Amino acid sequence: MKKLKSTWYNMAIVLTLIAVIAGAALAYVNNMTQSVIAEINQKNEDQAKKDVLCTDEIKINSETPVEIDGKEFIVYNAGEKGCAVKAVDPKNASFGGDLTIMVGFDPDGNILGYKVLNTNETPGLGAKAGEWFQKDGRGSIIGKNPNAGELAVTKDGGDVDAITASTITSRSFLRAVNAAYNAYRQSLGRGPLPTDGQTGATQQNN
Amino acid sequence: MNYLKVLFNGIVKENPTFVLLLGMCPTLGTTSSAINGMSMGLATMAVLIFSNLIISLIKKLIPDMVRIPAFIVVIASLVTILQMLIKAYAPEIDKSLGLFIPLIVVNCIILGRAEAFAAKNNPVASIFDGIGMGLGFTLALTLLGGVRELLGTGHVFGLELFSDSYGALVFVLAPGAFIALGYLIAIINKIKG
Amino acid sequence: MSKLIISLSPHVHGGDSVQKNMYGVCIALAPALLASLWFFGLGAAIVLATSVLACVCFEWAIAKFLLKSNRCTICDGSAVLTGLLLGFNLPSNLPIWIIIIGALVAIGVGKMTFGGLGCNPFNPALVGRVFLLISFPVQMTSWPVPGQLTEIGADAVTGATPLALITAGQLDKLPQTTDLLFGQVGGSLGEVSALALLLGLAFMLWKKIITWHIPVSILGTVAVFTGILYLINPATYACPLTHLLTGGLMLGACYMATDYVTSPMTHKGQLIYGVCIGFLTVVIRLWGAYPEGMSFAILIMNAFTPLINTYCKPKRFGEVVRKEAAK
Repeated sequence: MKKLKSTWYNMAIVLTLIAVIAGAALAYVNNMTQSVIAEINQKNEDQAKKDVLCTDEIKINSETPVEIDGKEFIVYNAGEKGCAVKAVDPKNASFGGDLTIMVGFDPDGNILGYKVLNTNETPGLGAKAGEWFQKDGRGSIIGKNPNAGELAVTKDGGDVDAITASTITSRSFLRAVNAAYNAYRQSLGRGPLPTDGQTGATQQNN
Repeated sequence: MNYLKVLFNGIVKENPTFVLLLGMCPTLGTTSSAINGMSMGLATMAVLIFSNLIISLIKKLIPDMVRIPAFIVVIASLVTILQMLIKAYAPEIDKSLGLFIPLIVVNCIILGRAEAFAAKNNPVASIFDGIGMGLGFTLALTLLGGVRELLGTGHVFGLELFSDSYGALVFVLAPGAFIALGYLIAIINKIKG
Repeated sequence: MSKLIISLSPHVHGGDSVQKNMYGVCIALAPALLASLWFFGLGAAIVLATSVLACVCFEWAIAKFLLKSNRCTICDGSAVLTGLLLGFNLPSNLPIWIIIIGALVAIGVGKMTFGGLGCNPFNPALVGRVFLLISFPVQMTSWPVPGQLTEIGADAVTGATPLALITAGQLDKLPQTTDLLFGQVGGSLGEVSALALLLGLAFMLWKKIITWHIPVSILGTVAVFTGILYLINPATYACPLTHLLTGGLMLGACYMATDYVTSPMTHKGQLIYGVCIGFLTVVIRLWGAYPEGMSFAILIMNAFTPLINTYCKPKRFGEVVRKEAAK
């Protein structure tokens, strides 16, 4: 067979044919994988919620979007098991771009657990945030309650040990946790925490 | 045509990474560990084999003047299909390579082989060329990823050779990729004489 | 035997040589060396000795076994100087194995890969330092407080450097200017005493080892830039004197930016180079992630040196006449 000549007619027909076939193939594969991908994403998010609330069974009663400083936070209310909050650093001043986390609070506002969902922090430094603040980590925040004063690294007068040589990431992470707590309060209709943190404890039983 | 020669051409003589220096973006971007390098190499190989095969099959049907857009559509569709398959059936790989998979489209190796080889040779030879080039790329990326992972974290394929507190972090980051690639090319040129 | 020597011009030699200049810089570093020993004691001695020794050994080994050259380059003093400068850029409690890696990178990657002295585009000591800074940030950013003469390794008490305080916005905790001048502050070996470094600078200017252009333009730019910011808002920006006397600025401006190989050749070029280094340093210090930007600024401008050289070529002898004649 001889090679097709580059006439207008040939070119138009061939390109259209290729595009149609490619489109059909893509549609077929998309159709095949769409549900699987959605399932995986759902599973990941469910798993994250379960992890941060330290439970195996979870039932989300309501999803409340909360806006703080122009960033969107989502509060998943799981009733007596507490709330999981999807949060970002409101100042967006982490070392390597967006830092998205999920934090779990029990009904009293104590931190149950957290999970770093998306991070571009430096491996070996800021990326340690995934383990550093966990229960066995050096700068554990588990069990702390931001109601008794905003969480801060020791350098800024707080009581959380910053990740060695990654103070910027640590600050950003704690800002996200504090913002998550504010979102959690707002979702319960309690208004944001006073920024000085001193009077927070007295408002506990309001 | 000697198929074996075509196969080894891509692995040694015209290794896409160490000799042709094609596809530097995925080479430098994905090789922070041996396993990442290998996954990227294999994903590229899969696209390369199919794109070579398809283009060599339809080469007579494509008028010369529109061959580049035609090739690009074929390659881009293959990459998108691959991306969807990985997302659905290998979510772990998607986590570490997700960002780079769509970039396979603009990987020079694939369009380069389509132009230089598949458009001129029969389908069987094109498959062998795809396998050879893909293997060469995979080997190079695995080697580079292994070197960077070892020097940066003390691990290779997750196997601990020395404690990661002795690892030079720079090798996991971008500057280390350039340094490691430069020295690997120098060493390979030296060995090849 | 013959007393009549026939040779091409030039017939009179100035007596300058690579060796003489390199050792001249080493002598100029002596006050800073003494200051670092005074403040950091044994730790400083170990760091400097390891760094110099390792640099010389690597230079010798690479020249002999990898390049297989017969020319002995270790006697020209450049490796000793690289070792000294690298040591001055490190904290005094750095583990020895890290120092050796730094020396390998400085000599191996920074210098010999490009073909040895005269061919390296980047200052080798700084390549070594930045490599270590990125690779081992934990060890490279814990600075011992001066005055612990016999504490070495992990035992030494560490504290924040003045620049780290500036980055953290804690201006009220900054040490006194006199302390900065004499060296009673935390930091790497060679950056603690600004006075000792200025003494060395005076010596190099007197001996005509370097000209004033690079150090003065760097320090001047930093002073003016931070001065303007200080006037605008003294509460958030530290005063220019503090900026001049802290961190590696003095060390870099006097000894590392002025490296012959990696700085521009003409005075005009050197002024451009110096101003850009000063500007970049302040930008990195105030708005960057790292507290100190000197080494990055010098390396960045090292990369621009060939470009500066291209645009600041001195006129060739006779060039002006020829152009006019052509009109």
